[in-house]
Amino acid sequence: MEIIMSVAIGFLFMAAVYLMLSKSLIRIIIGTGLLSHGAHLLLLTMGGLGGNSPPVVAHGVSVSDYADPLPQALILTAIVISFAVTSFFLVLAYRSYQELGTDNMNLLRGTEDYE
Amino acid sequence: MSFVLLIFLPLLAALFVPLLFKKVGKIHTGWFVLIIPVVLFSYYVSLLPTTIHGGNLVSEFQWIPSLDIAFIAYIDGLSLLFTLLITGIGALVVLYSIFYLDKHREQLHNFYVYLLMFMTAMLGIVQSDHLITLYLFWELTSISSFLLIGYWYTRDRSRFGALKSMMITVFGGLMMLGGFVLLSIMGGTYSIRELIPQATELVSHDFFIWALVLVLFGAFTKSAQFPFYIWLPDAMEAPTPVSAYLHSATMVKAGLYLVARLTPIFAISGTWMWLVASVGLFTMFWGSFFALKQKDLKGILAFSTVSQLGLIMSLLGASAAGYHIDNIAETTFKYAGFAAIFHLINHAVFKGSLFMIAGIVDHETGTRDIRKLGGLMSLMPISFTVAVIGAFSMAGLPPFGGFLSKEMFLTAMLSLTEFDLFSMDVWGILFPVVAWLGSVFTFIYSFYFVFHTFAGEHKPDQLPKPAHEAPIGMLISPVFLALLVVVIFFIPNLIGDWLVKPAVLAMQPFLYDSPEEIKIHVSAWHGFNPEFFMTLGIFAIGFLMFWTLRKWQKSYDLFPEAISLNALYDNMVFLSDTGANRFSRIYMTGFIRSYLVYMFSFVIFIVLGTLFLTDAFAIDFTNLAPVGFYEIVILIALVGSTFTILFSKSRLTGIIALGAVGYSIALLFVIFRAPDLALTQLVIETISVALFLLAFYHLPQISRKEERMRFRFGNALVAIGVGVTVTLVALSSLSQKAMPSISEFYKETVYKEAGGGNIVNVILVDYRGFDTLFEIAVLAITGIGIITMIKLRLTKKEDQHENK
Repeated sequence: MEIIMSVAIGFLFMAAVYLMLSKSLIRIIIGTGLLSHGAHLLLLTMGGLGGNSPPVVAHGVSVSDYADPLPQALILTAIVISFAVTSFFLVLAYRSYQELGTDNMNLLRGTEDYE
Repeated sequence: MSFVLLIFLPLLAALFVPLLFKKVGKIHTGWFVLIIPVVLFSYYVSLLPTTIHGGNLVSEFQWIPSLDIAFIAYIDGLSLLFTLLITGIGALVVLYSIFYLDKHREQLHNFYVYLLMFMTAMLGIVQSDHLITLYLFWELTSISSFLLIGYWYTRDRSRFGALKSMMITVFGGLMMLGGFVLLSIMGGTYSIRELIPQATELVSHDFFIWALVLVLFGAFTKSAQFPFYIWLPDAMEAPTPVSAYLHSATMVKAGLYLVARLTPIFAISGTWMWLVASVGLFTMFWGSFFALKQKDLKGILAFSTVSQLGLIMSLLGASAAGYHIDNIAETTFKYAGFAAIFHLINHAVFKGSLFMIAGIVDHETGTRDIRKLGGLMSLMPISFTVAVIGAFSMAGLPPFGGFLSKEMFLTAMLSLTEFDLFSMDVWGILFPVVAWLGSVFTFIYSFYFVFHTFAGEHKPDQLPKPAHEAPIGMLISPVFLALLVVVIFFIPNLIGDWLVKPAVLAMQPFLYDSPEEIKIHVSAWHGFNPEFFMTLGIFAIGFLMFWTLRKWQKSYDLFPEAISLNALYDNMVFLSDTGANRFSRIYMTGFIRSYLVYMFSFVIFIVLGTLFLTDAFAIDFTNLAPVGFYEIVILIALVGSTFTILFSKSRLTGIIALGAVGYSIALLFVIFRAPDLALTQLVIETISVALFLLAFYHLPQISRKEERMRFRFGNALVAIGVGVTVTLVALSSLSQKAMPSISEFYKETVYKEAGGGNIVNVILVDYRGFDTLFEIAVLAITGIGIITMIKLRLTKKEDQHENK
């Protein structure tokens, strides 16, 4: 299972990077969203997908049966942070479109004025 | 008393200067500042009795003990001499500045803060025994000099001069730091005192010659030696008190101090002697020759300072000969070191007074252009007298201090012809010849300075202000210095015993045990010897050439400006500026895509490189979880939605597909036994999709636009590279565990230690509570950022660039 997951994660990353390299701001934001999804799955897979019961202490379950709790804790933090970043990006895109009238990154380059 | 802390007294006082300037505006801030150098000078004078007999004092203050860096103040004859110059001339300059700088118009607090900062830095240089702190103070003088030259920062020339001096001296300082590091590698210590006894072993070390050259870079740039002198004339844009203090009496002598201080370590080498003596002597000639081209009073003095520094530098180089001579006390080689220190004192005194006179002329007539000046003798009699005394001392005329040291300079240069090492027996004859030529031009420019300003025809119509004598307060300092010039001539041996000989002892510790062993008696009359006839020649030729100056001075303009050192500097600055700009333009395209491509390419490169170098490609197929039906179905949905994002024309479809990816992941979390994650993911994904749609609602033009993403091969290549890299990392991290996971600890202790059942939650709020705290902080910051972006409306302002 882990090998199939690894390939799927690689695919997610590939799609994310390809989107981030496009010129539309919205696509870049979608790309970062995909990238964080990929990262979460990567964390989960790296810890191993074994374990027969969720990491909640229960009677009759031996320690080795729990799924690995550490990646889960890290992912939980990461989900929230990635949400914060995505919402920030969205508002940034919204405001810059309002101010500048475009979301095309090729038109947003600002180096011409600095001589 | 731990006098090392006294170094920091001026810096401490500088903290109060802005307060005094703002609150006690009625009294000129300079009066308060004056207290500092006066107090310091009186204290340091009280240390004189120790050093007169060759004693020394050490005071330490730990700074970074773990790196073995400490402020160590080491007072011997040499450092005390410089200390007295710094505080003594400092006091006179502050006094002079009180009358020079107007308390209503000038930014006095800036000026005095910089000046006090400089005083600390300079005291630090001459007292530091530790090479690293010495370097620190060295750079601090460059910085304070930069600030002082740029004091009138609205003037273009000031800023240009400040930058130029900073570039050149800091370049030298960095080279010097390299030399210091090499020295410490060779000797195993940063302490100068501990390095000196190792001199004989150091000289055979491979790094020795590198250390020598690098240290000399520092000394030559700071002391304005050829070809680095070009910053000094431009530094004359500073207020005149600064020129008198930094750029003639103290800072530019830091290089001389360094050479003198490190002479015991390096002087055994012939390279040292050749470099120091010949660069110094050539600078002396070059500076005096081009001083006559100058039209600006301070310009003449700047070139004259360059020339005089070269003179002292060449004497320091010549003093190295003493290390190769047996029984030095019986030969003429003993004079070079003595003459160097003696002339250094004389120069500080007479050049200080001359700069102050130049400042007075500028202040009272409104111009420093020597072509407009003339005939001020009757209008400014006191200034004229001071100028004559200073200039005659510089020219080497009796009865002034400069005459004595100039004679001794000629003696030392003549002695080099008798030196038979390092092929001096062939080339040595050049030294007295060049020295004589330089002295002739020195004589001419000294007269040029005085008589073209004060004698000749008065041209009141060309002066911006009607000329008159300066106020008495402004005259105190130059008159005092002029008196000193005369006094030194009559008591040279007192000066010699008290100040010069202890300093020479520090320069040549292997040759003498105590200052009393240096058998030198200075006398004005020393018989009909070669020096006497050389001096007569200087006076005669010099006077003749001065008389005919107007006829040949124009020939200086034949020298093309385009191949001068200044042009070289300008071109270098210009090229590095535009060159760096062009280079940046090549890759700083302004497209975010380019930057991301750089970053991702580097990620691929570094990660794959690490995998390859550590041989981590191995894949382990044991311990894998079984492949399940539901997982495969969900993964197919996930990959399918991702494809939809990539190929959808409408952005709305893309967003909905992104939501589908998120929900598939939530389902995966359920299957992989992570209920908390699944819950969180579902909630967050719902909000995210809502947010995306909300943003789209407000951006109607964008949401309606339909376009297919064009396929770009380069982007695809980078994307595939990243994907493959991540897959490889995932696989190899599965099969290789460098250390046991901490998860086992959490699983075992969660109930006993933390009293919780849900391991994930306990980790978040207990074991890794701070992580969660910072996570919340990030959320809060984002929230503030979002509110700011939505609420805040900045009005657009026009760019306000000073230089446009």
